[in-house]
Amino acid sequence: MDDDLIVCRCEEVTVGDVKRAIEQGAFDVSGVKRRTRAGMGQCQGRTCETLIRGILASELSKRPDEFRLDTVRPPLSPVTFKTLAGGYDE
Amino acid sequence: MRTYDADVCIVGSGPAGLGAAIELAKHGLHALVVDSNLSAGGQLIKQTHKFFGPTAHRGGVRGMVIADELYAEALDSGVEVWLDSEVYSVSSEMQERMSIEVLRNARRSNSCDTLPIFRCAIKAKYLVIASGASEKPLMFPGWTLPGVMGAGAVQTVMNVERVLPGERFLIVGSGNVGLILAYQLLQAGAKISCVIDSAPTIGGYAVHAGKVQRAGVPLITRCTIVKALGDNQVKGGQIARLDENCQIIESSVETVDVDTICIAVGLKPYARLASLAGCKFGYFPQLGGWVPLHNDRMMTTVENVYVAGDVAGVEEAAIAEDEGRLAGLDIVLKLRPDDVCVRSRIHEVQARLWESRRGPFSSDKHQAKKEIIGHWHGNVAT
Repeated sequence: MDDDLIVCRCEEVTVGDVKRAIEQGAFDVSGVKRRTRAGMGQCQGRTCETLIRGILASELSKRPDEFRLDTVRPPLSPVTFKTLAGGYDE
Repeated sequence: MRTYDADVCIVGSGPAGLGAAIELAKHGLHALVVDSNLSAGGQLIKQTHKFFGPTAHRGGVRGMVIADELYAEALDSGVEVWLDSEVYSVSSEMQERMSIEVLRNARRSNSCDTLPIFRCAIKAKYLVIASGASEKPLMFPGWTLPGVMGAGAVQTVMNVERVLPGERFLIVGSGNVGLILAYQLLQAGAKISCVIDSAPTIGGYAVHAGKVQRAGVPLITRCTIVKALGDNQVKGGQIARLDENCQIIESSVETVDVDTICIAVGLKPYARLASLAGCKFGYFPQLGGWVPLHNDRMMTTVENVYVAGDVAGVEEAAIAEDEGRLAGLDIVLKLRPDDVCVRSRIHEVQARLWESRRGPFSSDKHQAKKEIIGHWHGNVAT
């Protein structure tokens, strides 16, 4: 797999970035996320999480299903601080 | 923040969500459906073709018509539906009440000043998650170029927005989604270079494959996409045959003249909300991957949280609707344990569901569903 390929479009993280994160000790999706920001953008990993599990599996010689789903925290979709702070009220 | 009360909050207005809501409302409960889309019906609104199956399962009716019928039935039954409303958080409160936090007008507020975005909370005794599925990605050089699209996205712009996103298409994936998309593209006047699949056999039903093949579109198995060509947008695609070990045969690499590449390599349950609600999951590739565990009445490992439809394992629309009805009926029974009629309706829907999975294409899904129910018992007991 070409290191220049983009894995996470939202945060422009490449295959090479993910491989380096794994070299630095990442062993799950969260570890890759914390080191690279992959999955922290607009779509919150909707697309790249599967791809990252695939790279983890091939780099660490495991099956993709050995990597659990990443922890989900609110907000599930991007919300501005203005809205969260109640910028508008009904 | 303003709060609203409901007996049951249902997330998703596809066949599963509407199925659940209809059963709940018909039994006098306040069912509130929220959906981030601007129209109800989920994926059904993109399905311009007639569905298979017996008439009792809406066979012979176009998916988009089923969406209208279900939505009308829901509104007639007294279901409350909030569109353009996105759930961004869920938490449990005291007395087993769920608090579902929702962003309203998130889309329309972009273009309409009189519909400002705001957030509110729904307090409900039960939550039914019917959030459907998302498309599996495929990574190859050029996959981020404009012109590489998911099959669902192509269906949305073509069948809902009525815009053809390209002229010449390559379709990657020969499952039912890829085959149906190919036929719909032909109907809309597009040209299709070919439909390719890395597997040794065509993934979808022979009847769909036949329609596409009779129209002159080659279906090529043991074939993969090597790269998308072009600098700023897709100007072509490179495909290649695979050998017995799934390795690319270098001498077979060829260029296809296309401007759009559709990725139709499968769906996975979109279950982030179930994850946030604390549901336990299991891995079932036959149903799309990680699936929230549930019992034979769609209850998850969290007592007042249910799942139904593709989020509970990717299957057909008719199955999604019945799973939704089952979830709705089980909640009715919990609130009215003496209702004999509800009990018999539950058995009726359960029997119909297992019957729908009897075909040769569904036997692996049937088996996976049984395993999910088994794992649910294991997880709830411990």
